[in-house]
Amino acid sequence: MRIALFITCVTDTLFPEAGRATVQVLERLGHTVVFPEEQTCCGQIHGNSGYEDDALALLRRFVAVFGAEDCDAVVAPSGSCVAMVRHHYLRLAEASGDRELLEAVVALAPRVFELSEFLVGELGVEDLGAAYPHRVTYHPSCHGLRMLRVGDAPLRLLRKVRGIDLVALPEAESCCGFGGTFAVKNPDTSAAMLTDKLRAILDTGAEVCTALDCSCLLHIGGGLSRQRAGVRTVHLAEILASVPA
Amino acid sequence: MSAGGFPQAAATALRDTQLRHNLRVATHTIRAKRDHVVSELDDWEQLREAGRRIKAHTMRHLDVHLETLERTVTQAGGTVHWAPDAAAANRIVTGLVRATGAEQVVKVKSLTTDEIGLSDALRAAGVAALETDLAELINQLAGDSPSHILVPAIHRNRAEIRALFRRELPGTEELTDDPAALAEAARRFLRPQFLSARVAISGANFAVAQTGTVCVVESEGNGRMCTTLPQTLITVMGIEKVLPRFADLEVMLQLLPRSSTAERMNPYTSLWTGVTPGDGPQEFHLVLLDAGRTNALGDEVGRQALHCIRCSACLNVCPVYERTGGHAYDSTYPGPIGAILTPQLAGLTQATTLPWASSLCGACYDACPVKIDIPTVLVHLRGRITREVHGRDARGERAAMRALGAVLGSRRRYELAQRAARVGSWPLTRGGRIERRLPGPMAGWTAVRDLPAPPEQTFRQWWRARGDRP
Repeated sequence: MRIALFITCVTDTLFPEAGRATVQVLERLGHTVVFPEEQTCCGQIHGNSGYEDDALALLRRFVAVFGAEDCDAVVAPSGSCVAMVRHHYLRLAEASGDRELLEAVVALAPRVFELSEFLVGELGVEDLGAAYPHRVTYHPSCHGLRMLRVGDAPLRLLRKVRGIDLVALPEAESCCGFGGTFAVKNPDTSAAMLTDKLRAILDTGAEVCTALDCSCLLHIGGGLSRQRAGVRTVHLAEILASVPA
Repeated sequence: MSAGGFPQAAATALRDTQLRHNLRVATHTIRAKRDHVVSELDDWEQLREAGRRIKAHTMRHLDVHLETLERTVTQAGGTVHWAPDAAAANRIVTGLVRATGAEQVVKVKSLTTDEIGLSDALRAAGVAALETDLAELINQLAGDSPSHILVPAIHRNRAEIRALFRRELPGTEELTDDPAALAEAARRFLRPQFLSARVAISGANFAVAQTGTVCVVESEGNGRMCTTLPQTLITVMGIEKVLPRFADLEVMLQLLPRSSTAERMNPYTSLWTGVTPGDGPQEFHLVLLDAGRTNALGDEVGRQALHCIRCSACLNVCPVYERTGGHAYDSTYPGPIGAILTPQLAGLTQATTLPWASSLCGACYDACPVKIDIPTVLVHLRGRITREVHGRDARGERAAMRALGAVLGSRRRYELAQRAARVGSWPLTRGGRIERRLPGPMAGWTAVRDLPAPPEQTFRQWWRARGDRP
């Protein structure tokens, strides 16, 4: 399969290791990965903040870049950026009144996948031959959980990892409090939500907290680091890319 | 709303440890119960879809259904009044009470009458209004406002309520904090009030256009007392509560109790159609309230907020509400539904921070029994407030968003910005992390969180360096 990588601006800029791991996982399965270098950001920051015109401009860019790419699927190491494309793009394109754009979105959006749903749902793979001898807990990030409905795909992948000690996270489905600009505009409420999430993570005794989204891990990891908690955040792709020593 | 809006009110509420504890216990208990009773039904998703369709259809033809309701209620011996706004509704109700000569009224299902401030209007006219729903009574005695749609005193625990009753109710010196004893004390206080009241004022859960039947669901039976004992019954109802057909109740009465109190069926469902000679109130008035609802109807995305059946499931699952409680929303309608309903009913300028009081986690949408897409409406209202209200206030933010949009709109500028971020963060970085408190918009973030420093190599630089693969 020829797969276009939608890296997302957060992963590209701050967490390149998650992007590299995504490439390794897909290539190891024998697929060809291409990276359209004109891509920047899906526009979620603008879209969720009420700046629909700016979001629409970035939508047009995304559709132009990935629509022109000769590929079977577009895959991203992020649930919320994919949710932006699969759900909000339709609404934005519809509201723009631009029929051609809407048709382009309708054609492109169903081919855009979050990594874990792509591996389990589209490729039918669960065992990637990975080994990761650490105690790990998984935080199901909100948009993957409730907008993409990735279900237990990430857990199926993690359960097949050699040597992993996978522990359930209490109140796993509660938001970590990131929410993009929510953490900036409502910092106190966001901090209260984060505190409860960190307590749940620490209660598991895990050494690593993993998730589908670098943005949620940026938030959770920022809190763990500030508290010197001794727990690190690692993107799911990095665990799946780890090979036996 | 106060100057600092939701963020500031929330910051104050978050420091109230008693409130945090009460809310955590209460929301987690009701969540678990709701999950249980919802999981009993195999057709829950079909029921939700049926509820959504009934509401969407009703809103599309609201004018027709309301005129039908007026006709059927009138035919059954009731009187229908139209109130375009809160002031009109208060004037109508005050006039009706005065005409009876009563100086005291009993009230139940007071959400809508809270919205319009009816009790204050009655007090100004020399009429005392007594709340009879236990939690509303607690709030009234404490001089407090409701903080939850269904459990208006969720912010109080039983020890606080015992202290309040001992202070306010006669003959309660020996009262314990046993819930049954607290309910008994309220019952002893309320019973003579029901028996002597000549006028009752209620809200309504539903009104059926086809038959002119009004419906109130409740747990305590105090509502039944109000709607049956007094000579005169005045019901104030938002126009969005109308249902076209009696059969629509079949769907709604399955969805509502499971979503609100986590019960298969609520203990009391009162249905009445106009007046019946010799049985129940002999005078019935239905006040149909607009107060911003037709404005909301004009917003194609926002109008679904009017589908709300006031179950409060969205409050109970909301991670924001769970921590801040209802008062931070400074509205009769708190929580996720309040964040989309209040700006539309009261006006966008009256609630400019509420649509941002959400992390868009989507738990509310999943819980809503009539499938209101709350996250989408929140984002839509953010856009409307940004465009229609903020103007000069948000010039800084708008400029920043424009600039960010320009950077992300060009590969060259984006890559330059990545480089600039790495160079710019270098003086702040220690061990690959930014651990200091930063000023400006990042102050809140860096107060309790570190930031990763941009790494040596972005993903795209790695990709380019890797060159052609084998």
